[in-house]
Amino acid sequence: MLPLKEKDKPIIQKLLSAGCCARCVLRFCCVSVQAAYRKQPEETLKELQIFINDTENDKYAAESETSEDPPNKRAKLETSITDVQSEEEAAAVVKSKDGDSRVCVVCLGILQGLCGTTQAIKVCAVKAGNYEFDTLVLSVSLPAQLCVREHSCWLYVKKEGLVLDKDDVIQVKEAFKWIMQGMVTKELGGIAVVTKVSPFEVSVEFTHPETDADCHFLAATCPDCFKPTKNKQSVFTRMAVVKALEKIPDAKFLKHYPCPPTQPTSSCSPQVQCLHVSVFVAGRYNKFCRSLPQTPWVIDGERRMESSVEELIAAPILSAFRADGFNFSSSGREDVDVRTLGNGRPFAMELLNPHKSRFSKEQMKQLQETINQSSDKIKVRDLQIVTREAMSRMKEGEEEKTKSYTALVWTQKPIQREDISFIDDIKDLTLDQKTPLRVLHRRALAVRQRAIHSMSTRFLDSHHFYLRLKTQAGTYIKEFVHGDFGRTIPNLCQLLKTDTDILELDVEVGESHICKTNIQKSKHIPPTSDSLPHRGRSGAEQDQCPQGCRP
Amino acid sequence: MESVEHEDTKANAPSVIDRYYTRWYRADMKGKPCEDHCILQHSNRICVITLAETHPILQNGRTIKSINYQISNGCSRLENKVSGKSKRGGQFLTDFAPLCRITCTDETEYTIYSCIRGRLLEVNENILETPNLLLEKPSTEGYIAVILPKFEESKSITENLLNRDKFENIVSKRSSAQSQPS
Repeated sequence: MLPLKEKDKPIIQKLLSAGCCARCVLRFCCVSVQAAYRKQPEETLKELQIFINDTENDKYAAESETSEDPPNKRAKLETSITDVQSEEEAAAVVKSKDGDSRVCVVCLGILQGLCGTTQAIKVCAVKAGNYEFDTLVLSVSLPAQLCVREHSCWLYVKKEGLVLDKDDVIQVKEAFKWIMQGMVTKELGGIAVVTKVSPFEVSVEFTHPETDADCHFLAATCPDCFKPTKNKQSVFTRMAVVKALEKIPDAKFLKHYPCPPTQPTSSCSPQVQCLHVSVFVAGRYNKFCRSLPQTPWVIDGERRMESSVEELIAAPILSAFRADGFNFSSSGREDVDVRTLGNGRPFAMELLNPHKSRFSKEQMKQLQETINQSSDKIKVRDLQIVTREAMSRMKEGEEEKTKSYTALVWTQKPIQREDISFIDDIKDLTLDQKTPLRVLHRRALAVRQRAIHSMSTRFLDSHHFYLRLKTQAGTYIKEFVHGDFGRTIPNLCQLLKTDTDILELDVEVGESHICKTNIQKSKHIPPTSDSLPHRGRSGAEQDQCPQGCRP
Repeated sequence: MESVEHEDTKANAPSVIDRYYTRWYRADMKGKPCEDHCILQHSNRICVITLAETHPILQNGRTIKSINYQISNGCSRLENKVSGKSKRGGQFLTDFAPLCRITCTDETEYTIYSCIRGRLLEVNENILETPNLLLEKPSTEGYIAVILPKFEESKSITENLLNRDKFENIVSKRSSAQSQPS
């Protein structure tokens, strides 16, 4: 039995004749009993019809506010109903018998056929089937014109002098969720469909192109509500439409929009999408290859160098987590031709929409092993799942770090051991480095002061020696060695009084700490470098842009 | 043996310029005989303007009296200031825009030109203090200026320039035509 009151009768009658479905009628009657919406629509319709036709039976009348309605008023109401049983309404009652096969003028079918078991099954079996989750949250997106139609029906009822507070009307979204949540839970064999927060979200988007134009008149009547958007997206957002409906005076609305709304010929089209919240994985990597870029090197759609650090690390992780994509971030980076030795460089990855998210420590170890077996160019250690906040801390303090490098230096003039021993005694040498020419196309022109804390040399032969350096983060080592047209001062050429060049460079990221990064980059898109192809060794060195900018 | 080693390592170790830059040339700039310029184009499209080894300034033991970046009453290349990643504010140069004027101790005067279209990023102030850099290391520390061509023009600017082979051709034709370029 539906919790309806006597005063609801005219509302029900008007709305049924206007073409509203049974559940929408319940909404306008402010029925907040969830179970009422879960009944079969045909059943609900029958009950509504019984209710409105039941003028003689006191069953319902007894439950109405008898105290409020004085007897003669009630009698008047009852007689007026029977009197005003016009052709139209009689026809409407007849129509509504098979009327629910016609699309509801307000919910456009959303509360009719589109929230049945078929829908629930579609959601569960097809979409949610290949995800791993304990709970799910259902989100619904409705076309903006629903608000307009709702407003129109509300005015239709209001016109008759029937008092109906718009805020008391049950929202379509709420009713839909009341109906669907239970069904989905049943289909999933008991997985809790929570109402607030869950890592797994199933979103149902309804569109109805047939009636999209319903909102358009609002642009003319309330132009300041609709701001032009830069993208091709429609300016008629739900928020903007709601705002406009709040402002527009009733008379104006009625002038521009039919009341009640017109009968649509089709139902909404639903689209179901599932999204699992991102999972974060972190670790440290070593790089043993001198021809491997950090990120994919693609120019004009053509790949210039095979693979990359991030692809080699990401591939096994992506497949294990069955994620759609990733964002890779590391605490600094090194050049294509520079090896990363020592404890390895901290990195972190955001895995987008992982279909599998639960991994034990053992499984993570196994995954690490898989990565290490997959390539001899890189090695990963300390692979672990971390929180989003943990990632923020990885890039912190990058500027304060000290870096250790080993460079193989070539000298033009022949040298002997004694010639380079003085270098070992140099402490805290301050360099003035103009932005190296090799990165000047993408960085601002500036002079950077950087410190070389200490150096040590290992003589190799009359034209070669190994130079170990401990420097401040952000020091351009290559430019210190060859001078960069004299734009890094002092430089090794000046110190040794000969032309020098750098043949090889290794970086050692010293201290061990768990990586915590701040991902500031947007979605992973292969960079389309604006530089012409590099020949031989690349130029970029360990760029330490404090903002973590990408090249 | 030392010199052999020396040669070996020179061959094995291409210089910074060999590794990252392409050498382009403009010969007889503005019709002035032998006033050759060498443009070092980095693979990232930035160009460094230098004197070619055949330029008169580098011949006959000349020494430099002064270098002047003030090319007109209203314009000094020293005042060039760029800001930001997009290098806003840099003076835009065309092929024949003068970069500086160099006066040698024997009173000969030479104007060095941009040779390419692009935004001036910096001029070499080190040669103001140490003009010898220009004589001793014209291709590296003695560079004149750094110019950033427009992205769309980064490949087309070389259309008017000679590659190394063509330049060497022209130079060899000169020495056969004349007895000795001054």
